[in-house]
Amino acid sequence: MAASSSHSHLLDVPYLARLARITLTLEESELFSKQLDRVLEHVALINKIDLTGIEPMAHAISVFDVVRDDQPQPSLPKKEALANAPHQASGLFIVPKVLE
Amino acid sequence: MTSYLSITEARRLLVTKKISPLELLTELEQRISTINPKIKAYLSWDHQQARLDAEKADLTKPLGGIPIGIKDAILVQGAPAYSSSRILEGYHAPYDATVIKNLRAAGAYPLGRLNMDEFAMGSSTETSAFHPTYNPWDVSRIPGGSSGGSAAAVAAGIAMATLGSDTGGSIRQPAAFCGCVGMKPTYGRVSRYGLIAFASSLDQIGPLTHTVEDSALLLNAISGVDSHDSTSLLLPKEDFTSEIGQDLKGVRIGIPKEYFVEGIEPGVRTRVEEAIKQMISLGAEPIEISLPHTEYAVSVYYIIVTAEASSNLARYDGVRYGKRSAQTKDLLSLYEQTREEGFGAEVKRRIILGTYVLTSGYYDAYYLRAQKVRRLIRQDFEEAFKKVDLIVSATSPETAFRCGEKINDPLKMYLADIFTIAANLAGICGMSLPCGFASKEGKDLPVGLQLIGPSFGEKMLFRVGHAYQQATEWHTQHPSML
Repeated sequence: MAASSSHSHLLDVPYLARLARITLTLEESELFSKQLDRVLEHVALINKIDLTGIEPMAHAISVFDVVRDDQPQPSLPKKEALANAPHQASGLFIVPKVLE
Repeated sequence: MTSYLSITEARRLLVTKKISPLELLTELEQRISTINPKIKAYLSWDHQQARLDAEKADLTKPLGGIPIGIKDAILVQGAPAYSSSRILEGYHAPYDATVIKNLRAAGAYPLGRLNMDEFAMGSSTETSAFHPTYNPWDVSRIPGGSSGGSAAAVAAGIAMATLGSDTGGSIRQPAAFCGCVGMKPTYGRVSRYGLIAFASSLDQIGPLTHTVEDSALLLNAISGVDSHDSTSLLLPKEDFTSEIGQDLKGVRIGIPKEYFVEGIEPGVRTRVEEAIKQMISLGAEPIEISLPHTEYAVSVYYIIVTAEASSNLARYDGVRYGKRSAQTKDLLSLYEQTREEGFGAEVKRRIILGTYVLTSGYYDAYYLRAQKVRRLIRQDFEEAFKKVDLIVSATSPETAFRCGEKINDPLKMYLADIFTIAANLAGICGMSLPCGFASKEGKDLPVGLQLIGPSFGEKMLFRVGHAYQQATEWHTQHPSML
């Protein structure tokens, strides 16, 4: 049911959820599909405008790379940087085994 | 009696030794413990740390001895910072945000963590993973959002002033709904270092206060260039209070016809029109203007904001900080389950929409087009500010809505941001201040007047806002049921 009805939506929510690394429940997928279809129908309004020759604007101000002098500066001590980790040992962040 | 004290009044009491910083804090904390359970503006506060800060307050500094409530998205060293999300539960900030450092340098200190919509995604504070916040004027209604805790705390007199953040109206709209002053500075005016990122090209931290004067004082303290934020701008140090006290003679106020259309609650419209008349009677000159791309602003905003959010929130992966799911088999399921369990529905919806608009094949149709329309929206304002000094409108087309009224209809929630989001897209400054009350369903609810200024036009907003507050008493009214 969920698989077949997802084809009628503008967005393929299960696919996008995989890209975004979120396991969604079937109920969430169905609900978000309906809700986001409505949002997408609304935002399609911007297709009405002729945008020939208009430069895209990524930022409200002109942003340039700002680099500081290449001198070592004090940074967060390792212990504090690791303090919020859900799992850490020997000064490292621990994750499940990646390679068998 | 220290309820509803403004910063300016509190400073007078402190400097003349009528009250000590510790007495001021103690009275405020007593009020918090009585009133906060009714409106739930604060998520938490640290008595001991606040006491230490109050005891060592330096009254010679401009904000010496003043406690400031902090939105949960802004880092305070050693304090929890969850951005009202489960995924950051347990996180304690390892450093102070630059605005906090700046507040401390001015003599103020942070007090408490204020509730918000999860990662600032929402207009009602109902998407907080912990609990909603209630409007002090009617606790069956929302306080607005996303800085709902910051606005409700000021309105209820359980904070003298607070900091919020504004990505699409998240300071101004809750200020309007709660009847206080909320200001979004020009993009780049205030460092974003230590603000938990939502949409980095739009986010800006700003003050929520009782008075316009307090707002200028707080902006004095928090603004300035910062080597930790490459988008913070190197500008000459200014005193934002310097034009406060000047009258409105010759000030040209723009009235955009696109902001006075169908769909505005009649009570809101009437109050805003009265406020404009008041400004004219004080010497301001009204000029009708047009911002022709207004109807596209919501669409542009929800494409750009979700795109940036989907990228910013990729960092919550259960590895370096915050929550990690217990249901993990391998690295992929660790990411996927952590994010499924840690994010609420609105955050997931926005990440998915943002992922979609950035997907190759749709990028040009949505994200790139939206960036082009964003330029047109900015150009609308540039044209308008050739003719006027500031623009006046309602902050929101409505007054505070009922809890639960819109939470299941995201599009309806988004459309109500129509008057605030253009200022973020254009990067210009804006402020909401109380301009009276409108009756809705038998309740008198605060109405917000929005002043929009050009880039770096904050002084004009403070001048006009202050003159308006000198001539009116709306900002001196407080909720009665508390």
